[in-house]
Amino acid sequence: MGAVTDDRAIVVRGLRKAYGGTPVVTDVDLSVVRGEIFALLGPNGAGKTTTVEILEGFRRRDAGEVRVLGVDPARADRAWRSRIGIVLQGTGEFDELTVAEVVGQFARFYPRSRDPAEVIERVGLADKARSRTHSLSGGQKRRLDVALGIVGRPELLFLDEPTTGFDPRARRDFWDLIRGLKADGTTILLTTHYLEEAEALADRVGVIVSGRLVAVAPPAQLGDRAGRPATVTWIGPDGRTRSQTTTTPTRLVAKLAADSVDGEVPGLTVTRPTLEDIYLSMIGEREVPV
Amino acid sequence: MTGLALGWRQGVLELKQFLRTRESFVFTLLFPVLLLVIFGAVFSFEIAPGIRFTQYFIAGMLAAGLLAVGFQNLAIQIPIERDRGVLKRLRGTPMPPWVYFAGKVVMVLGAAVLITAVLLSFGVLLYDLRVPDAAGWLNLAWVTALGLTACTLLGIAFSSVARSGRSAPAVVTPVSLVLQFISGVFFVYTSLPAWMQQVAAVFPLKWMAQGMRSVFLPASYAVEEPAGSWELGRVALVLAAWCVAGLVLCLLTFRWTTRRDG
Repeated sequence: MGAVTDDRAIVVRGLRKAYGGTPVVTDVDLSVVRGEIFALLGPNGAGKTTTVEILEGFRRRDAGEVRVLGVDPARADRAWRSRIGIVLQGTGEFDELTVAEVVGQFARFYPRSRDPAEVIERVGLADKARSRTHSLSGGQKRRLDVALGIVGRPELLFLDEPTTGFDPRARRDFWDLIRGLKADGTTILLTTHYLEEAEALADRVGVIVSGRLVAVAPPAQLGDRAGRPATVTWIGPDGRTRSQTTTTPTRLVAKLAADSVDGEVPGLTVTRPTLEDIYLSMIGEREVPV
Repeated sequence: MTGLALGWRQGVLELKQFLRTRESFVFTLLFPVLLLVIFGAVFSFEIAPGIRFTQYFIAGMLAAGLLAVGFQNLAIQIPIERDRGVLKRLRGTPMPPWVYFAGKVVMVLGAAVLITAVLLSFGVLLYDLRVPDAAGWLNLAWVTALGLTACTLLGIAFSSVARSGRSAPAVVTPVSLVLQFISGVFFVYTSLPAWMQQVAAVFPLKWMAQGMRSVFLPASYAVEEPAGSWELGRVALVLAAWCVAGLVLCLLTFRWTTRRDG
């Protein structure tokens, strides 16, 4: 497996991990192409963080083959660490140090680091640069974590539930930041349980349930979303709302239009399952018409 | 940036953090001075002709100060940093692990210089502490260096004992307090029951306090010590042995992540 020629940043085959005999990750195969944003989606306890922390070199695997930037993370060395950026789950607390002090020191650890002031600006903490980190809000602490993850100019960035605790505005700003990193050529592996986040950012989504990767696809094609039956709803001549689920919605709408007096169908809607419907059906919490 | 410069910058940050944290400032720097003032006022009796307990006590407090900045400080602070994810975040960077420890050493050294200077000033100005001669300064230097090294290494090793940052003070403070009671800091060592002396003699603080007394008490007091002399050779030997033991324990037990992190 050539580290230089391979266009895949992450390759995982047959990954397994158990804690005390309980399997947490079972036979996961995964590959992430350089330059893409890949989102791992799944409920809490599905094995997202365990998988990611194995890829980050924090946890040992029980079985399987793992290559991250061409290197086995179980044998992580400093050269490899300088090429990846990590935003762990949960917030780090740096207490009495200021934002600028912490980001500045982390920048010194990397050979090709970004300018700390620029990074602080980029995550939207410029006016907090001289504040002690304990005085930051939850969302601001999380942005500091992101700053520490990207200050080393990583080729590959891990983001483990990065926007937990963000308000909608902060989340949109964060998405812009991530798109900017992608534009710079950064490969990103993101875990999230926000569907709209996966949909907004990811080139491909992998759904992980009970330690198994059950689907991998671009968000729009996940679970054959485009091919699922559509539900057509309209108001009938008797004034009652009618609804029909069909694989040929266009034909149904054409017939309804033809049958109506003036060619208009009152109250007409055509809906396909949303990504959320598909996702919830995959994790077994909602029925979706097939 | 070269490794050494990196370690130094880490140390500067650690020192800033230490000085900005109210708890460490109060417990490490203010508390010993308060004890000195209270004990100095209450126990002003003579323990031998011309030697007052306060002189004996200041020598012990100098040793206890090193225990506070080395052992107590690190054994409490590191589990808190581990809990707060600081260690795991550092581990995920290309920082060489020794840089983290170099930072701690710089902080401990800075704090040790501070506490020693404060106690010495108070001692000399208020309690007639003898200013050491050249040989005394030399002994003070090596007893401090060896004692502080042992305490620092043991503090790092002991940081793996507490299950969480929150429980760390409850695990660490009693150890250091009991050691101070039985090692000849709060009481004259030879006035303690024999079994207590034997327990204390296993640990470094007793030997650090004895080394400090050799610097600050008149030579005539040496006959009052358990062996009838200052036993400086044995002080050096025991402290060096604890340095080795501490280093081995650090290498065997140090963890960058919490237990639940696997």
